[in-house]
Amino acid sequence: MSTTTVGPGRAPVRTTAAARLRALARAELTLLGRTKATLATAVSVPLLMPLMFRSTVDGMDLKGTGLTVGSVLLPSSIGFSLLVAVYSSLVSVYAARREELVLKRLRTGESRDAEILAGAALPSVAIGLAQCLVLTVAYVVTLDVGAPASPHLVVLGLLLGLVTWPALAAVTASFSRSVEGAQVAALPLMMVSLLGSGTFIPLETLPDRLASFCELLPLTPVITLLRGGWTGHLSAHDTLGAVGTAVAWTAIAVFAVRRWFRWEPRR
Amino acid sequence: MNTNEHGDVIEVTDLRRVYGGDGRGRGAFEAVRHVTFSVGRGEIFALLGTNGAGKTSTVEVLEGLAPPAGGRVRVLGHDPYRERAAVRPRIGVMLQEGGFPSELTVAETLRMWAGCTSGARPTAQALDLVGLTRRADVRVKQLSGGEKRRLDLALALLGRPEVLFLDEPTTGLDTEGRHGTWELVRALRDGGTTVLLTTHYLEEAEELADRLAILHEGRVAASGTPAEVTGTQPSRISFELPDGYHLGDLPPLARLGVSDHETAGRAVRLRTDTPQRTATELLLWADRAQVELRRLDVRSASLEEAFLRIARDAAAHGTDHRDKETAA
Repeated sequence: MSTTTVGPGRAPVRTTAAARLRALARAELTLLGRTKATLATAVSVPLLMPLMFRSTVDGMDLKGTGLTVGSVLLPSSIGFSLLVAVYSSLVSVYAARREELVLKRLRTGESRDAEILAGAALPSVAIGLAQCLVLTVAYVVTLDVGAPASPHLVVLGLLLGLVTWPALAAVTASFSRSVEGAQVAALPLMMVSLLGSGTFIPLETLPDRLASFCELLPLTPVITLLRGGWTGHLSAHDTLGAVGTAVAWTAIAVFAVRRWFRWEPRR
Repeated sequence: MNTNEHGDVIEVTDLRRVYGGDGRGRGAFEAVRHVTFSVGRGEIFALLGTNGAGKTSTVEVLEGLAPPAGGRVRVLGHDPYRERAAVRPRIGVMLQEGGFPSELTVAETLRMWAGCTSGARPTAQALDLVGLTRRADVRVKQLSGGEKRRLDLALALLGRPEVLFLDEPTTGLDTEGRHGTWELVRALRDGGTTVLLTTHYLEEAEELADRLAILHEGRVAASGTPAEVTGTQPSRISFELPDGYHLGDLPPLARLGVSDHETAGRAVRLRTDTPQRTATELLLWADRAQVELRRLDVRSASLEEAFLRIARDAAAHGTDHRDKETAA
């Protein structure tokens, strides 16, 4: 070997954040394709669950709530997809990369912390988004949901959900010591969200005091915005409230990640 | 500005690193205690020490993975922790333990890393440098320990770094792999790369390092060129006494310049600061007595002996240090 091939050379061009994100996301996508169990759960469960919800929702007393079976089920299904395909699987991904020292190794490179976390999140976020689109089309075709009355609320709800939940996943991953532990750490927030964010039970059917507490949960604003997007019955006040809650959760999660995220295993 | 007025690429002044505790030093473990050294451009500098001596803790601060608890650190003239963006594109890092997703192949791992590295060399060239070309399509989990180390080295070299940090680069490598890595590191140095490596293989430091520092319990116990560090230690002469002879039959050891001696059966080991004089006197005696000194061996102190001596001395003084610190 000659010294010219091994010697140092000033990099002619610096990498860009976009290039680094692309490289990280591509590797993560390859990995996702190779962990079949995770992939199967992330892809199939959110698409199958609505079929099981259906009978519950059919039996609901929706009179006076302005809701239809479709406008209850579709936002719930999308919320469920965010919980399973994005949140739960990302908690495992972050924990796995940390335990394999991948995060620590990446931090020795040029990628910024946020890029490392975002790169790992991109494939899951893409799967979540794809599911939302598939679910929407399926509902429109089979349940006669119709086009959303306020599409901008739907887009807003989706975007906020796809930003908040990866951040919450990173926070959750910090509370575990292993990939298995990460799955357990993800359960509380998943259960609370399923029960209290209007996924199974529309908040409109809950007692007022409980409903106003449930409005503060991180998944609630997403469901509220999506549902409001389809019914068109969401007031400006409620819209702002939902957006505010979602932004607040994102801010809290980002702060928590910056402050407490663990980049390497506890020893 | 990339270097200080002495041309040093790495400057470490009074570095401290503390783990745990309540943030005010109580209940905390001080892993690095006022460490100072510097590395010039194009130099190979080795940090030697036993496990827990503070090598990795020191290097992690230089790599910008952690801020120092005290003191000052500069790499290429920048604070590696606060000015990551300025330093990272110009350094290469190999951590003590891998950190690759086990389900990616070697080539995929390199491609990911190349996407995050300014001016990355072609992955084929990086694989060739470390001799992993034929393993390109193998998943990381199927690599041997030594192959993983070489993959790690390939990643560290990908961006043609000006400064290379290697934390125990040859742990787990077989003899051939180790020599291959040494050759590569030397070639890098000759090409102008500055290399800081940690090792607990003394032979490795002796082979590679232009200068070195021995760390013990978080402090620099000795530093200098390998010759300077070993030069302070006595040389060793060993041989077997012929049948029927005893140690007392030799000329008085003090007159031979022997400072210390050990015997085990017929085997004799002498320590001396004047190896030429001691050996000459010894051989003249053997000639006069018409005996043969079997297994005769004269050698200057190795780094290993220097290292063990320093560790022993430091351990003997260690209790004093601790007493002083608790008192203060």
